[in-house]
Amino acid sequence: MTTQTKTFWKYFKRNRLAVGGLGVILIIFIIAGSASWLSPYDPGKTDVSLKLKPPSFEHLLGTDQLGRDVLSRMLYGSRISLSVGFVAVAISIFIGILVGALAGYYGRWVDSFLMRFVDIMLCFPTFFLILTVVALLGPSIFNIMLVIGITSWMGTSRFVRAEFLSLRERDFVQAARALGVKDRRIIFKHILPNGLAPVFVTATLDVATAILVEAGLSFLGFGVQPPAPSWGNILTEGRTYIFDAWWLTVFPGFAILITVLSFNLLGEGLRDSIDPRLRGRR
Amino acid sequence: MDPIPLLQVKHLKKYFPVRKGIFSKRIGWVQAVEEISFHLHSGETLGLVGESGCGKTTVGRCILRLLEPDAGEIWFEGEDLLRMDAESLRKVRARLQIIFQDPYSSLNPRMTAGEIIAEPIRNHTRCSRKEIQDQVSFLMDKVGLHPEQAHRFPHEFSGGQRQRIGIARALALHPRLIICDEPVSALDVSIQAQVINLLVNLQEEMGLSYLFIAHDLSVVEHISDRVAVMYLGKIVELAKDTVLYSSPKHPYTEALLSAVPIPNPKMKKQRILLQGEIPSPINLPKGCRFYSRCSYRMDHCREVDPEFKDLGEGHWVACHLY
Repeated sequence: MTTQTKTFWKYFKRNRLAVGGLGVILIIFIIAGSASWLSPYDPGKTDVSLKLKPPSFEHLLGTDQLGRDVLSRMLYGSRISLSVGFVAVAISIFIGILVGALAGYYGRWVDSFLMRFVDIMLCFPTFFLILTVVALLGPSIFNIMLVIGITSWMGTSRFVRAEFLSLRERDFVQAARALGVKDRRIIFKHILPNGLAPVFVTATLDVATAILVEAGLSFLGFGVQPPAPSWGNILTEGRTYIFDAWWLTVFPGFAILITVLSFNLLGEGLRDSIDPRLRGRR
Repeated sequence: MDPIPLLQVKHLKKYFPVRKGIFSKRIGWVQAVEEISFHLHSGETLGLVGESGCGKTTVGRCILRLLEPDAGEIWFEGEDLLRMDAESLRKVRARLQIIFQDPYSSLNPRMTAGEIIAEPIRNHTRCSRKEIQDQVSFLMDKVGLHPEQAHRFPHEFSGGQRQRIGIARALALHPRLIICDEPVSALDVSIQAQVINLLVNLQEEMGLSYLFIAHDLSVVEHISDRVAVMYLGKIVELAKDTVLYSSPKHPYTEALLSAVPIPNPKMKKQRILLQGEIPSPINLPKGCRFYSRCSYRMDHCREVDPEFKDLGEGHWVACHLY
């Protein structure tokens, strides 16, 4: 372990909320990964005789209007929420790094052109843009990941650009240029690995946003389509019965809250321990 | 010495724009390097000295084309570097290398010492992994590092060792000319001597030429054949080192030499303390650049910028006194 990693851990461990967030995220991951073993029932199996039963020992989180087990549906839904979050962020980081790296490394008109494009992208109210595109393309899980990804990379690209602007003047980059190393290798081997830390921080925060956007889309009916379960559409279906069957909305809402909160706490903890200026505030 | 110099710099100029305001309006130019000419023979060491901010480093970076000069010619091995396309420049860079001042920022913190030294070899030749490894071990041994340390990261080395890694990287492609940009000013005095001696030995062994940039005349004295003194973007004096040190002509060189500490407390010495301010490189006065601080200044000096004249035997000076 390098010295940087050691000091990073030293500060990160002090931040109990962030460590807690990391713990919760790991637990959610394990749950999502083993959903097929943990689920007491088939999430798609309907039984109208059991509809809208409150939480009990047979159905820990109750049943919905079609008699499906809410716990099982939420366990399977966690897979969808997390995978939408991660794939969307992976797409957005990929675009963000590419745009930021090109703008920051080449500067001049490349920089002006790409950054003005970022400004334009930032002008759109993202959620409505996503809504429109999904309405046009059709609401499949793949489309949702893609659309969230290509509407959320601007922050990352600005971060990456800033890192590149400062790193490209460093002596070791100049040394690589003096050795005649090709641009592509300088960008990916010399500069990028030294500028990735803040990207991971924003990525963590972005995962939370992406999960929230997916839930919002599903709630509006443009997200993951039933009968496939996602936290968002369980919530939507439960909305009709909110006064008769509170368990249909409270549990998925709570799951979203906990997950998003954990990612935000983790992201902020990472940011504080990576940036020396923010260290020791807590 | 062969008649055609290895490196010939003619009328090199580099101005940096000074920008201000939200529209980055150009409000002036910093004349970092103004009309510099010198040459360097194969196997020779030319010292380039001057105070901070006088443009020494800019000259070095311009020669490597890490910065694009605004005017001038740079002839290296009979080719003008400034007229080269990207690909031939890449090839030339194998024979023209640089050692940086700060050994803490000149090595990529995420690469091991071995990877850093192997980078130029991997980049310019098609060697097998085994051959590269052998070369890295050979180079590390040559600069006084243990080849077993190749897998370590830069932060696990001391400053002197890091500078040796930088030297090994510069040597990897058997260059003919190395630009040493203050290679020892970031090191302890005890380590400085070791690194200087290493550079001298390597020069004898491998027939290298150095352009040795420094702000310390005592360091330059030990290694250089000839010394050029820079002041505010111009060379004010250029001579063989023995001549320059025994009979400096330019008042600025005199003052610089009198500032070199002599390790003998009993010895009384006459220090020339420069008075006056350095003019801002943004609005240079039209006469001699050294006018404001010169102890021999004449009225003439304020009006006319002195020419760079040959006093014979390769001793050049830019001063109205001669």
